[in-house]
Amino acid sequence: MSDAVKVAIIGSGPAGLSAAARAAQLGLAHVLLEKTDHLSDTIFKYQKGKRVLATPERLDLRSDCRFAEGARETILGNWDQDAANNGVNVAYQAEVVEVSGQKGAFSIKTAKGAVIAAENIVLAIGTQGNPNRLRCDGYDLPHIIYQVDDPEDFKNQHITVVGSGDAGIENALGVAEEALENTVTILNRSKDFARAKAKNVSDMMEAGENGFLSIRTETQPKLVEPGWLTLETPNGDERIECDVIVARLGSVAPRGFVESMGIEFTGPDREAFPKLSPTFESTVPGIFVIGALAGYPLIKHCMNQGYDVVEFINGNSALTPADEKDLAAIFADLPQKKSVSEWLDYLRTRVRIFADVSPLQMREFMLDSKVAFYRRGEVVFEKGEPGSSLFAIADGHAEVEVAPGVTVPIEQGSIFGEVGLISGRKRGATIRAGEDSIFVEVSRTAALKLMAAVPGAKRVINRISLERQLLQIFKGGLTVDDLQEVVDQAEVVRVPAGKVVVTEGEQGDDVYVIRSGSMVVEKDIGGKPIFLRYLPAGSYFGEMGVLSGEPRNATVKAAVGSEVIKLTGESFRKMLAARPQVRAATEAAVAERAAMNAFIESRKASYSSAVDLYSDTASFIMKEGLGEATDALLIDENLCVGCDNCEKACADSHEGLSRLDREAGKTFAHLHVPTSCRHCEHPHCMADCPPNVIHRGPDGEVFMEPGCIGCGNCMRNCPYGVIRMEAAPPPKPGLLSWLLFGKGPGPGEPSPKWTKKKLGDEKPKKIAVKCDMCKGIAGGPACVRACPTGAAIRVSPEEFLSIARLEEDAG
Amino acid sequence: MASLFPRRLLGRRNRATQTERVRERKHEGFLRYANFRWAKISGGLCLLVITSYALIDVTPRPNGGSWYGYTLGTIGALLILWLTALGYRKRKMTRDAWSLKAWTSAHVYLGLSLIVIGTWHTGFQLGWNVHTLAWALMMLVILSGLYGVIVYATLPAALSNNRDEMTQMQMLEAIRAFDRQLHAAAQPLSPEDTAPVLASLDEDPFAGGIRARLSGRYPKDATAAALRALSLSHGGNADARQKVIGLLSQKEAALARLRAHLRIRAMLEIWLYVHVPLTFALIAALSAHIISVFFYW
Ligand SMILES: Cc1cc2nc3c(=O)[nH]c(=O)nc-3n(C[C@H](O)[C@H](O)[C@H](O)COP(=O)(O)OP(=O)(O)OC[C@H]3O[C@@H](n4cnc5c(N)ncnc54)[C@H](O)[C@@H]3O)c2cc1C
Ligand code: HEM
Ligand code: SF4
Ligand code: SF4
Ligand code: SF4
Repeated sequence: MSDAVKVAIIGSGPAGLSAAARAAQLGLAHVLLEKTDHLSDTIFKYQKGKRVLATPERLDLRSDCRFAEGARETILGNWDQDAANNGVNVAYQAEVVEVSGQKGAFSIKTAKGAVIAAENIVLAIGTQGNPNRLRCDGYDLPHIIYQVDDPEDFKNQHITVVGSGDAGIENALGVAEEALENTVTILNRSKDFARAKAKNVSDMMEAGENGFLSIRTETQPKLVEPGWLTLETPNGDERIECDVIVARLGSVAPRGFVESMGIEFTGPDREAFPKLSPTFESTVPGIFVIGALAGYPLIKHCMNQGYDVVEFINGNSALTPADEKDLAAIFADLPQKKSVSEWLDYLRTRVRIFADVSPLQMREFMLDSKVAFYRRGEVVFEKGEPGSSLFAIADGHAEVEVAPGVTVPIEQGSIFGEVGLISGRKRGATIRAGEDSIFVEVSRTAALKLMAAVPGAKRVINRISLERQLLQIFKGGLTVDDLQEVVDQAEVVRVPAGKVVVTEGEQGDDVYVIRSGSMVVEKDIGGKPIFLRYLPAGSYFGEMGVLSGEPRNATVKAAVGSEVIKLTGESFRKMLAARPQVRAATEAAVAERAAMNAFIESRKASYSSAVDLYSDTASFIMKEGLGEATDALLIDENLCVGCDNCEKACADSHEGLSRLDREAGKTFAHLHVPTSCRHCEHPHCMADCPPNVIHRGPDGEVFMEPGCIGCGNCMRNCPYGVIRMEAAPPPKPGLLSWLLFGKGPGPGEPSPKWTKKKLGDEKPKKIAVKCDMCKGIAGGPACVRACPTGAAIRVSPEEFLSIARLEEDAG
Repeated sequence: MASLFPRRLLGRRNRATQTERVRERKHEGFLRYANFRWAKISGGLCLLVITSYALIDVTPRPNGGSWYGYTLGTIGALLILWLTALGYRKRKMTRDAWSLKAWTSAHVYLGLSLIVIGTWHTGFQLGWNVHTLAWALMMLVILSGLYGVIVYATLPAALSNNRDEMTQMQMLEAIRAFDRQLHAAAQPLSPEDTAPVLASLDEDPFAGGIRARLSGRYPKDATAAALRALSLSHGGNADARQKVIGLLSQKEAALARLRAHLRIRAMLEIWLYVHVPLTFALIAALSAHIISVFFYW
């Protein structure tokens, strides 16, 4: 055994390479151990010619190796040169399989049997170790691959890419290259592309737009068969042709290997990271973890960390991380004076959602957040204000105003504002500081990233929002403590559109709360499913079973892709037993629902056709996506004379552009759903707006504030095709000059011809325009006000499908 | 069931959206607006006029020149000006709360009340003069308005049924698509068979003039002619001809839908081309009437 090196670096990715280069520069005895026969295997495996991005832009690079945005080949070439120039001592084909010993005397064994002695170890093996596999039947079939070495290998095939992080998107774009003539589909389980870089997302959207690949959100694989793939989509199952599946579902740290060295992780979850000190030292003294394995996937961070960690090992304790100055600015205005790392520790120990976040991730989240000191009584936000950021209480406490003069405290460590985060709705209550307090405000994007990357944080957020939702639903003096067991056993279930959650006649006592989306309740009457009720997000069902113990008396199915929270009947019963008032209140609600069901059943006997019409209309409304609407425009075609005054009114009250297309859209029984914004409960359009200008206003309207960059993402994301990219026409002469002298194009949207003539060669920028529910117009929606016959109305589905409607119809 | 939407749903609106904003909560057509509020007001007004006319003994005899006649005349003239203002209200998108439906409702019923107000104003003295001209024009405007209300009440459902979720643009697009297919399919046909098909391709779907538009009859329709010609034709490439005949009948059906659409729309609009110009004629005659009255008395 040769003499021990000062530091052995395992893994030659950007992190390990940069560390080795620093060690070489510092003249430390070192060795860089690499499993493969080349440097940086992860980047080596990128697609040929891939453009490697150097984000985050604001961060300075601190490394002895070069790195800037460029082609994969250039970057790898540079690194080979840099390694040689710096005098890095690389051992290729040296896969480390075992590490033993302690600080000062580690013994590192490779697969080939070599043993290396080292005083310190830098572990930079990345996370590529084991890719996540599909979780559906057929997951082990050989045509599922986990990476695309060269897109040219695929020609004229049906390819499905699962997962829409950066890797998935890049693979999909690679194989979707026009010349290869592949039919490419990319699946995303959720609506957002929160995990991917904005540039990749916009490239993908553009390719989708041009028909090179089909992008399917809220869709996941259900069954893999040779040549075929069954998908679970919001509209039910679908079987598509598929010769190759590229699974890019991210990866987990090769945790077993790391843990075998004695290194502890932040939590039990698959996605947790090793516990690290601010100098990247793991729980085993002398073993340092950096790069993707440490939870830091961006190349620039990896390289900076490689540099820093070797400086630390070399005894440089004065070194501050490269993002230090940005972070220091964030904490600068707080009353207490602490160093950045003290602040980060402070937040991590005092705020529940940050508990599982590694110090390194914490730095990243803080860069997208604000921390502020609030004096006692100071308002954080007002009820009805738009806002989708999440607040965490680092010090002090907050007071929620549940009713005028009545407040409920939220304790230190907890969060508030989660409703806005989850549903994009306006703030439901005014929040003030209960004492002098410090609150952290995490932007919606950062909060979504936090939930995606740190399962612990996601659990805490989901739990708190469930608790609060249940407290709101079940009145009668319920406290958080009463809910412990119910919440412990609760489970979030995703339900694609049309899927049945509760079946009439079946035994069952689980209770469900709708977290997002909406449900319809149907009952089989005379052999035909009859619509009983529409349940918007926030309502619950299944409680009759738990109270009466009888079989389900109606079927409940998802109107749109939804998420329900399943509460076990047992825990629910216990909760009711402990709180008789809650039981009484719930029973009263049940009685009301039962009475309504009975009413409809009785009507069905005497006014069958009215009930059928009501039921069919309800199905139509749901099919048109109004199940997720909060406010939609409908036109009664028994009254509409086709004058298009609604469109003209809309245009004349909004920069000359109409935000509705009256004629387009579906019709049932003379009820017409025109192409116009539904102000969705969970607006799809908001999912990916780079400047983040789409918001929900105080009346529930989804609107765009100025600042649209014209990227068209919202237009593509809206399933109802209601957003158009258009430039505002020049101003017209007044109405009187048109009426009296025929000047100008008259009321409504001017014809493109007129606009063109008026503008000449000028080409104004097109931005997204959509209905804003006539936000800020005192008189209310212009389309409705301007309809001469009363055909145009705006409704929300729950009112529209209220029982009153049936009563009226049936007389 | 005059309309699909019950009036009762409204009460729930506010609670559900927690909005303070004024909204169109009620769903009822302009005729039933506010439970026939304007019908009642207008009916009451007419009743008042008729009974007071009978009760009040105007000397020497009732006519426009009496104080009673002046009163009715002033009311009528102001009413006419207000009715005319509908055209402005309809197009002036101010931001305050107003409902064109309410305006239309009041317009229709108060407009009808002019039959009584105007006629009783004359004291039933009609003759061949500018005064009676004003009255006649007013009656014509009212008559045309009556026609308008009838078509507004009866035709929308037909318009909706006929278009079957298609927009006018899509109807045109469908016809163009058949034209493109016809163009390709007609290549193998003999020259005699090709000519009528080409005529059909050249035809402008909007051609035919106002009479055809309103009647829905297009006797010179080239597509129908081509269909007739090809069904009688023999020889040549029979398969190709059969295909063209199929396409022609599809195009004919698409044309029929478009024409029905245009016809209903024309019927919903045409009366306004009488109603509005006559309104202006009425206002001119009315001015002449008022000026002459002040000259002679
Ligand atoms: C398709 C794709 C595209 C990406 N695009 C970008 C981008 O544009 N910009 C960006 O900043 N980031 C990007 N990333 C992320 C980035 O590439 C990685 O996060 C980064 O490479 C991680 O660096 P690392 O040094 O921590 O580990 P890695 O780069 O993964 O390097 C680990 C090295 O360790 C070796 N190794 C593993 N186990 C052992 C062992 N037991 N013994 C010895 N050696 C071992 C591996 O062979 C490998 O060479 C992308 C990632 C992927 C997958
Ligand atoms: C002397 C009396 C009347 C006058 C001066 C008058 C004048 C007008 C005017 C100027 C318009 C506006 C048209 C437009 O701009 O599109 C209009 C519309 C209309 N009028 Fe009259 N009108 C009168 C009586 C009536 C009566 C008696 C009726 C019905 C019985 C009636 C029914 C209508 C209707 C239905 C409209 C169309 C509303 C719309 O589509 O916007 N009018 N009238
Ligand atoms: S304004 Fe009313 S009648 Fe006119 S087109 Fe619109 S919905 Fe139809
Ligand atoms: S634009 Fe589309 S996605 Fe956005 S709220 Fe309106 S209907 Fe929903
Ligand atoms: S509510 Fe206002 S913005 Fe929306 S369609 Fe109607 S007129 Fe246009």
